[in-house]
Amino acid sequence: MLLPTVLLLGYFVYGLIAWSFNTSLTDRHTARKGPASYVGFANYGHLFGEDRFLNSLKNLGVLTVAFIVGTLIFGLIWALLLEKGVPGESIFRSIYLFPMAISMIASGVVWGWLLNPSQGEDARGLNRLFEILHLHFLENPWWTAGSRWTTMASIALPAVWQLSGYIMALFLAGFRGIPPELREAARVDGASEFKLYRHVLFPQLSPIALSALIILGHMSLKLFDLIYAITGPNQFRTEVPAVYMWNTLLRSDMAKSAAIAIVLLAVVAVLVIPYIAYTVRQENEE
Amino acid sequence: MSADTAAAATGQAAAAIRRKPQKRGVIADGSTRRSRTVRYALLLLFLLFVLIPVYVVLITSFKTSADTTAASQWNLPKTWTLDPWRKAWDVLQPYMVRSLSLAIPAAIISSLIGSMNGFVLARWRFPGANIVFAFILFGMFIPYQAIMLPLRTTFTNLDVTRGVPTLILAHCIYGIPICTLIFRNYYATIVPNEIIESARVDGAGLVQTYLRIILPISISGFVVTLIWQFTSVWNDFLFALFLTQQNNGPVTLGLAALAGGQKVDYAASMAGALITSFPTLIVYILLGRWFIGGLMAGALKG
Repeated sequence: MLLPTVLLLGYFVYGLIAWSFNTSLTDRHTARKGPASYVGFANYGHLFGEDRFLNSLKNLGVLTVAFIVGTLIFGLIWALLLEKGVPGESIFRSIYLFPMAISMIASGVVWGWLLNPSQGEDARGLNRLFEILHLHFLENPWWTAGSRWTTMASIALPAVWQLSGYIMALFLAGFRGIPPELREAARVDGASEFKLYRHVLFPQLSPIALSALIILGHMSLKLFDLIYAITGPNQFRTEVPAVYMWNTLLRSDMAKSAAIAIVLLAVVAVLVIPYIAYTVRQENEE
Repeated sequence: MSADTAAAATGQAAAAIRRKPQKRGVIADGSTRRSRTVRYALLLLFLLFVLIPVYVVLITSFKTSADTTAASQWNLPKTWTLDPWRKAWDVLQPYMVRSLSLAIPAAIISSLIGSMNGFVLARWRFPGANIVFAFILFGMFIPYQAIMLPLRTTFTNLDVTRGVPTLILAHCIYGIPICTLIFRNYYATIVPNEIIESARVDGAGLVQTYLRIILPISISGFVVTLIWQFTSVWNDFLFALFLTQQNNGPVTLGLAALAGGQKVDYAASMAGALITSFPTLIVYILLGRWFIGGLMAGALKG
């Protein structure tokens, strides 16, 4: 019964990855068909000696840190605020979570408008809102100027908006899964609220925190739609490997775009394979 | 607790979220009236924060082009107009039809495959089952850029019709891992063991038991995978961009075109963003509690 699936995935996941890898070892730098010769790892060598690719990797690193930290903070705060149960909890939960149902292209349309770089008299988007609220010091050029950190944090902002609710839902499920007796026992022992969370509840959440980290990490590494929608694909400032691969493909450089994709895959694999191994091993023990 | 316990338990997880803590008295949960007020104020503040983009989309989508000056950006429309909605709908309508005819079958097919796989993996402890599971699981983490170019070539070689059929095929194949995972957890945790035990037969018996016994009790699992797959197929942009063009692509491609280019009509773009989001939002509002379950179950997916 599993055989069709194994064959399908064997070809469409593993077979095609091997195919891409094979292409990345050749000198197929045009769309033309026909024989290509093997150049070993030369394409990879070029990539890692190239400012543009290194820039995209650095952007990706900063984006990932900003996105993960932001999303975990908001997700955890919301879960903490809701976990004891408040009136109207389901309304808060639904509204915090709904951005998750929206495509990144649609949210990119709105955030592109919000992150308008104009300031002062001519301020638009969020900067205009800051102008109205007399919070002038908050106005900034978003992703269009400034350091790598402010640039990529501006790109992470919409992603944080979209996914914090998801992390909240994960943590909330975690809190609700903790047996009430644990809390009671800690209170009977005279533990303060802070100590209760620090020593009793948070340790129970660590498996969920690990899942959250992996999910967010691999999402961030693959982020493409949002950058495409907000800045357009052709922005050096916000380029990450996923976007660079698309730009390279537009110039029909098959070998190079395959090499970029394989590097991206390798980065994701470093994150995910230990996690899968850990998951499977833990299940075996159960 | 294994990592995919976080991902586990489909409907159960949704139920866990909904379960209110048992004692809510002032002493029992350790909070005072003042701390409650602070908590409520914070919740409302964050709510406002999350809703800012919604306000912007709504008001802008009803504005005339004369009404979009920098100074009036955050004001309500001076005169309300439906023109941006008409313009967006005219552009997006054929894309919407294509997206529906893509997302519905893709969600159904990948759910069916996932259900069969999940059943086998959950209950049939054959040697190497874990390796097969890991083999399937990895498929949902890969960046699709790594398979996109050969995939395009493969579809061309197989002579698959460009547009919707191509995308249905792609989403079905790459949706198998997540649907398998969801159903595996569903069958492992929710379906009573006694029922499954009777399914412990081999060969043709396995197929028969699946059809007669398992399929009918899988409804709530299907609701979760259907919602999950429908949403991710509907919102997909990457496959659409690589495998289709404007004349045969889905709605994300249409919206990207409407909102892109040199001179952007913001009012129409915002209306378009809303129009393209309606189907997933409706699914989410009507079946929200299942959607949360789906999110839990899909915890491993991006």
